[in-house]
Amino acid sequence: MTSRIYDVLIIGAGIIGAACAREFARAGLRIAVVEAGFGGATFAGMGHIVVMDDSEPQFALTRYSQQLWRELAPELPPDVEYMPCGTLWIAADDQEMQEVRRKHEFYAARRVPTEIFDPRALYEAEPHLRPGLLGALLVPEDLVIYAPCAARFLLHQAQAYSCDLYLDKVLQVRDHAVILQNRGGLHAGAVINAAGTWAPELTPGLEMRPRKGQLVITDRYPGFVRHQLVELGYLKSAHTLTAESFAFNVQPRITGQLLIGSSRQFGVQTNAVDNHIIAGMLARACHYLPELSRMSAIRTWTGFRAATADKLPVIGKCPGRQHLYLATGHEGLGITTSLATARLLLDQFLQRAPAIPAEPYLPNRVMETAHA
Amino acid sequence: MPESVQLKINGVPVRVPLGSTVAAAVLLAGHSAFRRSVSGEGRGPLCCMGICFECRLTIDGQQHVRSCQLLCREGMEITLGE
Repeated sequence: MTSRIYDVLIIGAGIIGAACAREFARAGLRIAVVEAGFGGATFAGMGHIVVMDDSEPQFALTRYSQQLWRELAPELPPDVEYMPCGTLWIAADDQEMQEVRRKHEFYAARRVPTEIFDPRALYEAEPHLRPGLLGALLVPEDLVIYAPCAARFLLHQAQAYSCDLYLDKVLQVRDHAVILQNRGGLHAGAVINAAGTWAPELTPGLEMRPRKGQLVITDRYPGFVRHQLVELGYLKSAHTLTAESFAFNVQPRITGQLLIGSSRQFGVQTNAVDNHIIAGMLARACHYLPELSRMSAIRTWTGFRAATADKLPVIGKCPGRQHLYLATGHEGLGITTSLATARLLLDQFLQRAPAIPAEPYLPNRVMETAHA
Repeated sequence: MPESVQLKINGVPVRVPLGSTVAAAVLLAGHSAFRRSVSGEGRGPLCCMGICFECRLTIDGQQHVRSCQLLCREGMEITLGE
């Protein structure tokens, strides 16, 4: 068996690995991607391309990446289901309405267009929401895609340049090589670990935790919901680091299906559906959209997000290793930030100046400090 | 006690024996396409026991109801998929 030499070998063909493959292949590098089973977070999450404002680095990365998605839009095939529907952040009480105004000012200062909806505007936009809501913030440039097909498109683009795909499991990462379960050694100038929640198995010392999520998918109800709807209480849920939380988060799809979320669980290892989580999540969704209770759900997805302690992804050269790069830890924002992640990583690889500061995402902050 | 119930299928009044399922009533009225598939093909009941979901139609405005699992009630409005 001949052993091909690649410039860069990427572990993982989820949205992050696929985006890296496209970016590096477009730069003229010879790429290999190794995928163990297409079962990661890309295949279990909503494809919400959303600008976030938890921190300046999170804002910078999500906004940058969203602009890259918008640039890519004309090239996306129909099965990616690109839908520029915007996000409505919904306020149910005065505190959440204050948050609407705060977000509006935050985004205005950073030249992201948003619009404050009063109740009349909100119910005109989304007539099926329950009565009594106070308003919402529309973020019109947020959008929705179908992530598995987006990852496939990115991978196909990489393959059109120069990229081989291996369906195999990586057992070990060495300098200039990885050891595969079936195929043996595969040589490369550099390796990118984009294995999502499995990344620490291959790069010991990387501190991340799997955070389980569950989604319910409905039958087709075209037009029932027109925007991605998220309660502002979502922030209370997503930001806590407690064992379990859920929030109202409903995504319309071009097909008319609705994706109902969202839940967050630490400390759960199995991917089985947790009925008490589903029940809580659906109760929350029906609280906001009462007619949901009469609709049909057709399936449930579960998966694991790769969560870091500071809620920022890990993008850059692995400390203490010459030829190993990390691209993981995106938690719930991997679909959004995939394109920017790939661009920032290529900038580092080629020692080019990045469009946004790369320091906040460098890996040293999430590596065990045994070497320090 | 009435021996039959009346319902409407696409606005047309239909009378069926009491105890009929909606699927049976729609078939009795001569319809085989209960709904349209994603690609536009006609679809109708297959398993008649609630498993295959092919017999879905709209009942009193509620979409995607399995017609084989529901008995006819007086005044029901059935809408077949266009």
